[in-house]
Amino acid sequence: MSGLGARPISISRVARVIATKDLRIELRSRVVTNQVFPFAGLVMVMFAFALDNDAVLSRVAGGLVWLATLFSLIILVQRSFAVDSADGALEAQRVAGLDPAGIFIGKAIAVMAQLVVLEMLLLLAAVVLYRVELHISGVVLLVTCVICATAGLAFVGTLYGGLTAGARGRETLLPLLMLPVVAPVLIGATRATESAFTSGGAAVSDGWPWVGVLAVFAVVFAIGGILSFGSLIEE
Amino acid sequence: MTSASSTTTQTFTAKVATPTTRLVGAMAIVSMAWVVLGGLFVTPSDVNQGDAVRIMYVHVPTAWVAYLAFIVTAIASACWLLSRKHAMGFDRVAGASAEVGVIFMAMTLLSGGLWGRITWGTYWAWDPRLTTTAFLLVTYIGYLAVRGLGGSLEQRARRSAVIALLAVLEIPLVHFSVLMWRSLHQRASVLSGDGDIKMDGSMLTTLLVGVIGFTCTFAWLVMHRSRVLAMQDAVQSSQLDAALQDRASESAGLK
Repeated sequence: MSGLGARPISISRVARVIATKDLRIELRSRVVTNQVFPFAGLVMVMFAFALDNDAVLSRVAGGLVWLATLFSLIILVQRSFAVDSADGALEAQRVAGLDPAGIFIGKAIAVMAQLVVLEMLLLLAAVVLYRVELHISGVVLLVTCVICATAGLAFVGTLYGGLTAGARGRETLLPLLMLPVVAPVLIGATRATESAFTSGGAAVSDGWPWVGVLAVFAVVFAIGGILSFGSLIEE
Repeated sequence: MTSASSTTTQTFTAKVATPTTRLVGAMAIVSMAWVVLGGLFVTPSDVNQGDAVRIMYVHVPTAWVAYLAFIVTAIASACWLLSRKHAMGFDRVAGASAEVGVIFMAMTLLSGGLWGRITWGTYWAWDPRLTTTAFLLVTYIGYLAVRGLGGSLEQRARRSAVIALLAVLEIPLVHFSVLMWRSLHQRASVLSGDGDIKMDGSMLTTLLVGVIGFTCTFAWLVMHRSRVLAMQDAVQSSQLDAALQDRASESAGLK
């Protein structure tokens, strides 16, 4: 231990290392690309079977994209922590003296990166399968909405994922805890996306107040997570 | 090694009733009896709603108590986190209050649904207040699930305190987003008629007594439940002590 533990590693460096580690694991294991992305696509197809009406589908496309994202978020978060808790890696990171705020931000960034790719695919699926039209004016709104909503989802997901990591019955507990919390993201992102698609006669400008809600949500839970993540994962 | 464990078994003597709880309990019984009599027999029926208005004497007080319960949980959780000693009493009050709150919130939604069906013709409306209440219920069911995760008492207290405080962040955001959602689509009109109810003096009195009665019932339940939780915690730690002692005597025997 001589001299090594003298200077704590900065939060940003911990975050970078953790995010790189998580993304590298996902890239090599290919579970996300081979299982989670196809699952999300399947959900989109299933929605079409259930609703069975082209007009209804294009009207509710925004909501379906975000619902499919939420379902996938549960799987992504569970995977993110299962990889760590399986062999006590999360405890090892704590014992190694890594700042829990850094671990939180790092894991959230990794989840965020995976979610953004997933959302791009889902939006593409909405355009192809549900026949929604996206105009140039809606693209800026959509991109901002995706960034803010994804940040909020990733922070909340990581926060509650950390709490349930290693707990008995975490598969069922995580959705119960997380879904009520992310309800504002579902509402806000859906409305903003509908405005971007101009579905149901919505104007693009209607979507911007919702992006504000999404941004506030992301900031609130980023701060909440940074402050409390250490307490939640402590054994 | 069984003999060692049997000698360490302790008996727990805890007071289950104190003068305070007896007084609160008595107040609860008296005021609840008043509500039953006043609500069902003394107060007149409403001009528009008829006898359906009597649901109000249960619905309004249970809603008040449910929200009060979650405020108590949040304050007790903050006290646990902030107190230097991390006194477990705060954690038990938070847990007991959330348990009672969940029951009262379920009663509120049930009585509200029935009242809504009779007066507005629908069990449910996507009104911000209703939706927030439903989310609060689910959030605190999750909170209780977190309390049941196991681990040490300190671990349970820390986890659940953080969850309770995160719920304080979550609920205003949910309420605000539902408010904005509905205001963009349709005006939240269902509950705005509440203020129009012309209230007879006896009705208002019965309602107020109902609020007092249900609050006393809440306080009585929380006090007793906290004591039961204290006893459960004591049993858990004594079992741990006994197991440790067993193990110690086992290793001493091996030497």
